[in-house]
Amino acid sequence: MSGGETELLQWARGPGFVLAIAVFVFGVVLRLFEILGLGRQADLSEAREKKRGSGWQTILSRSFNFSVFNPHTALNYIVGYVFHLGLFACILLLIPHIELIRGVLGFGWPGLPTPLVDAIAVVTLLAMLVKLVDRVTSPVKRLLSTWGDYLAWLLTFLPLLSGYLAYHHLLWPYPTMLALHILSAELLLALLPFTRLMHAFTLFFARWYNGEIFSRKGVAS
Amino acid sequence: MADEKTLEQRLRQQGISRRGFMKFCAATASMLALPQSAVPAIAEALGKAKRPSVIWLSFQECTGCTESLTRAHLPTIESLIFDAISLDYHHTLQAAAGQAAEQAREQAMKQFHGSYLVAVDGSVPMKDGGLYSTIAGVSNLEMLRETVEGAAAVIAIGTCASYGGLPHASPNPTGAVSVEELMASGEIETRPLINVPGCPPIPVVISGVLAHYLTFGAIPELDQLKRPKSFYGDSIHDRCYRRTFYDQGKFAETFDDEGARNGWCLYKLGCKGPTTHNACATTKWNGGVSFPIESGHGCLGCSEPDFWDAGGFYQVLSEPTSPLGGAAVGAAAVGAAAGAAVAWQNLKKRDEAREAHEELTVDELEKHS
Repeated sequence: MSGGETELLQWARGPGFVLAIAVFVFGVVLRLFEILGLGRQADLSEAREKKRGSGWQTILSRSFNFSVFNPHTALNYIVGYVFHLGLFACILLLIPHIELIRGVLGFGWPGLPTPLVDAIAVVTLLAMLVKLVDRVTSPVKRLLSTWGDYLAWLLTFLPLLSGYLAYHHLLWPYPTMLALHILSAELLLALLPFTRLMHAFTLFFARWYNGEIFSRKGVAS
Repeated sequence: MADEKTLEQRLRQQGISRRGFMKFCAATASMLALPQSAVPAIAEALGKAKRPSVIWLSFQECTGCTESLTRAHLPTIESLIFDAISLDYHHTLQAAAGQAAEQAREQAMKQFHGSYLVAVDGSVPMKDGGLYSTIAGVSNLEMLRETVEGAAAVIAIGTCASYGGLPHASPNPTGAVSVEELMASGEIETRPLINVPGCPPIPVVISGVLAHYLTFGAIPELDQLKRPKSFYGDSIHDRCYRRTFYDQGKFAETFDDEGARNGWCLYKLGCKGPTTHNACATTKWNGGVSFPIESGHGCLGCSEPDFWDAGGFYQVLSEPTSPLGGAAVGAAAVGAAAGAAVAWQNLKKRDEAREAHEELTVDELEKHS
């Protein structure tokens, strides 16, 4: 075989994808069993009044928290929203991605025109860079950050960057760049359950739990 | 055998005017992405060129490449250029047979040692001593080895010679390999190599490569897969007239829906244009009439390595090529089992901690302090 990059692309589209999905599913199920298996402490002291649904309310309220007018947190909120929504748009609204989902799950949805997703990708990449600079330059955030935070950033950044480079035929020939893009997304999938990226699943439990705890009136033992 | 007439004299003999010849040179310069100033140089070099000796070796192939190159409905200048080379050995086209045919090859090799061109179509079987394809009792590898030894350059014509092609497709029962692989592994001498892949390749690419070789005495600039950049530099997708529909998100969903009738993008029908590099979308086929996408079918990706094994022809390019099958279900089951085991361990640890918990009375605390 004379085309190493073609072999790479075929591996990424075939066995690499199956491997990444297998590790992803294994990891997510393992972590969910592990977390949910911890259970909750037995409630030895009944609350004064029971308020139902506050966990669900918190899942919603914390997902739509527009504290953008506070100058101290505006950057965090605005850039955070831009980055997350941009990432969702790039992953879920680019037609080749939708076709991939349709190929695996059997259903899909309409996508956005490619140049629009391209523009969103640029904004998302910039938002991620702003986030990184903020994390490194802010003394408090730098102190709180571990290598796991930087790894999570890199794992998210690489598929976006390689997708952008592949679409614009930059750096390397398209088949090579496409192979690297797929491989970087597979790396993200495979490591997601074992890094901070697991928050994609756990944030809902965490918010629900917080909401339930905070609504409790009475002494918890 | 090669004679002493120049190419221009031969073309004139066949009724091609000087004007027609110059037009061809200008078109060739444009195809090869050369500046306008190169046209006189091409005309002069091509005009004076003697017929170079070409030995054409056909191995594990289907003769489609030869069909593509010779079956022009109208005799074009490109095909006459092709006539103007001295094709000293070609199974399908030569009149001689048997021993006489092999003698023609040996004679050409001797007479033009170091200056002849070798065109190869078809892959070379390596399994079981190469017995899957032999010519006059000689294995393909042996014939290629002795012919390449005295060659000035080698042109691998078609996907089989360039990458192994269809015979190389999984499970590759004959152990088929490409010319490039044989050079890389040292099985044959290394000579300047041009890959002209395609199933079949575009005729004008061959005449363009020959014109370049005759003009400059060297092979054109090649990409990482040794393909002439001037023809294989762009992907089909980038040069496709339907590209605008891809960008707008307008796709044919089936071969007979409104999108298909409107000529929208064929990406969702499995078109491999984005990963395929060839000149189909610009030079087109049958004298510029059309190319597969223009006639309503997606690109198969035939000028790329392993196109036969790169997923189904009607499978969308972004779909995974291997079925997930039970992998995801199996992984979920293993994950659940492992998670349950970890959870059980955690619960056990909690219970052990509870059991090991000793209650102290206030008196006992005071004693300790």
